[in-house]
Amino acid sequence: MSRQEILDNVAEVIRGIFDDESLEITDETTAADVEDWDSLEQINILVACERRFKVKFSVGDVEGLRNVGELVDLVASRL
Amino acid sequence: MTIGYPFDPDAVMQNKRTLRRQLLAGGPFLDKKVALLSGSTIGEIKNILELFLLDAGIRPQFHEGDYGRYYEEIVFDDGTLASFAPDVLYLNTSLHSLGALPEAGEDEPEAGRRLEAAKERHTAVFESAQRLGCPVIVNNYDLPRIRVMGNYEGVAGKVRYVRRLNEWIAGFVGEHPGFYLNDLEYISSFYGIDRWSDPSSYNSWKYAVSPSAIPYLAHSIACIVKSIFGRNKKALMLDLDNTLWHGIIGDDGVEGIRLGIESPEGIAHAELQSYAKELSRIGVILGVCSKNEEDAAKSGFSHPSSVLKLEDFASFRANWEPKHLNLLESARQLNIGADSLVFVDDNPAEREIVRQADAGIAVPELAFPERYAETVSGAGYFEVTSLSEDDRKRAEMYRQNAMRDAQQNSFVDYGDYLRSLEMKGYFGDFTEGQLERVTQLANKSNQFNLTTRRYQVSEMAQRAADPNVITLYGRLEDRFGDNGLVSEVIGVVNGDNLDIELWLMSCRVLKRGMENAMFDRLIARCLARGIRTVTGYYYKTAKNAMVANFYGTLGFEKISGEDADSVWLYRIPEGRTDQNIYIEVHDEQTGNPG
Repeated sequence: MSRQEILDNVAEVIRGIFDDESLEITDETTAADVEDWDSLEQINILVACERRFKVKFSVGDVEGLRNVGELVDLVASRL
Repeated sequence: MTIGYPFDPDAVMQNKRTLRRQLLAGGPFLDKKVALLSGSTIGEIKNILELFLLDAGIRPQFHEGDYGRYYEEIVFDDGTLASFAPDVLYLNTSLHSLGALPEAGEDEPEAGRRLEAAKERHTAVFESAQRLGCPVIVNNYDLPRIRVMGNYEGVAGKVRYVRRLNEWIAGFVGEHPGFYLNDLEYISSFYGIDRWSDPSSYNSWKYAVSPSAIPYLAHSIACIVKSIFGRNKKALMLDLDNTLWHGIIGDDGVEGIRLGIESPEGIAHAELQSYAKELSRIGVILGVCSKNEEDAAKSGFSHPSSVLKLEDFASFRANWEPKHLNLLESARQLNIGADSLVFVDDNPAEREIVRQADAGIAVPELAFPERYAETVSGAGYFEVTSLSEDDRKRAEMYRQNAMRDAQQNSFVDYGDYLRSLEMKGYFGDFTEGQLERVTQLANKSNQFNLTTRRYQVSEMAQRAADPNVITLYGRLEDRFGDNGLVSEVIGVVNGDNLDIELWLMSCRVLKRGMENAMFDRLIARCLARGIRTVTGYYYKTAKNAMVANFYGTLGFEKISGEDADSVWLYRIPEGRTDQNIYIEVHDEQTGNPG
């Protein structure tokens, strides 16, 4: 899976969770850019990504994630 | 995308906003205030619980306690909880909030002291919760994941300790009306305790339950809440061929179908039959909905291994009409809403047709016959929160009704028919032993219910004890059996007028003259207190149109209101004669002299 495909998939997960098809998700998107993206939703996004890509994250993996791009890189490193 | 059972937990979590939007577009809803107190993180549990409640027709307004402060908030309530006045309270505790567990090697006296301390702490919490006067849902505890001593933990360690405490909690709940057990030990075991409590979720976010398991926890709580508020399903409608037995009865004949221990398929279908039979013992109505010739369909129950017999069914429809039409007809015949039905059919196409009919009939998705009973029971359609004598007898009552219908057809004059029933009515004030039953009936009666007012047991107790309130129940027997407690009236005395706060009757005794007998007994109580007028109120809901003109038929005069809500007045005439003709009256207690 290419990096772009991973980003597209992550974007789809996030749009689904927030029930908002119009959300623009890029590498630079952070929690602060999306209304209602709090720590609870962060967990949902990570769990959803684990399911979608069939990978498993550890606590250390996800602690320091700063934006969507870093999440994409994390997924890519596991595939 | 739906949250119908069996649901996909991850899809529920990820689509919660979409689901919420779709569910809120439905309705009508029962509005309920739900207080959630925290032993561990609640956040997402609340959001998902909301979805399952909306799906059951209940729109919750939440009060969420502070993280981990359930003990302080309930035992030292600063008035916050009391002023929220919850309709139901849930304590979200888990093994993490239980405090220190016995350490390996601890001696028995020490373990015993520890257990007593835990019981005391729980008693304090439960008794404080009881003061709120609303139903209280409590968890027991999931088993520890780590066993220092291995299997010996089940003899004298943490595992044994948790089990002993759980046993004590079950005892407490059983002895205290208004308490309900959310069986975390069972739910987590069924799910798998290794996945139930995910250490990384707890360490990072203090989720005692891993995110993927949250929908199962929320679903379990929602099942209890919907049962408390009368939103359970009432009838299980069953297909026959390849559902209740393996094979096609019309082609294979009784000798050809497989049922019972002779074959693996036969065992699976016999187990489903046993499950249905047990449901009927707790008051769930059974019905058949099958595409078959009626005679062939009925012959299947003469199979020597058939657990179910023809007389177990209150409704039997075997013909070639579309199934959704047959189900609607069964609901009409049984006098229950179509949304009270659960339909079990092995054929995906039939399931889809019934779903598309969109009548609110629950249609679980099924895979393998040996799992049918598990799926239907897991869905919680018939969650039991209290079990009354009437529940145990209900299936029998519906069968008796079928016999009464048969008898009715043999009479030309309806009065002759009613006389032939040899009805006996028993009337009295609510007694303490009846409070749970009268509350249950008040909370689930929708059709013959003038005000659709709902009560908690504590409120009912208050009505029964208040000298300014007249309570009246009616129980009806006839030659076919005891119908149980079928009607309730509550009236508030205001000078020489009685305001009727509640008047309801079970639809299974419609058109028997019971309402007139109730009215006569009510008037007798009024006269004994010098009451001259009775004021009745009709509040329109989606389900109670049948009683819009009820007070009119009793001789009340409408004093305000049109089609929707209306107010009615009855001036008790001098020398009034009883309206009841057909029921022999027995007063079990005289009216409260007040």
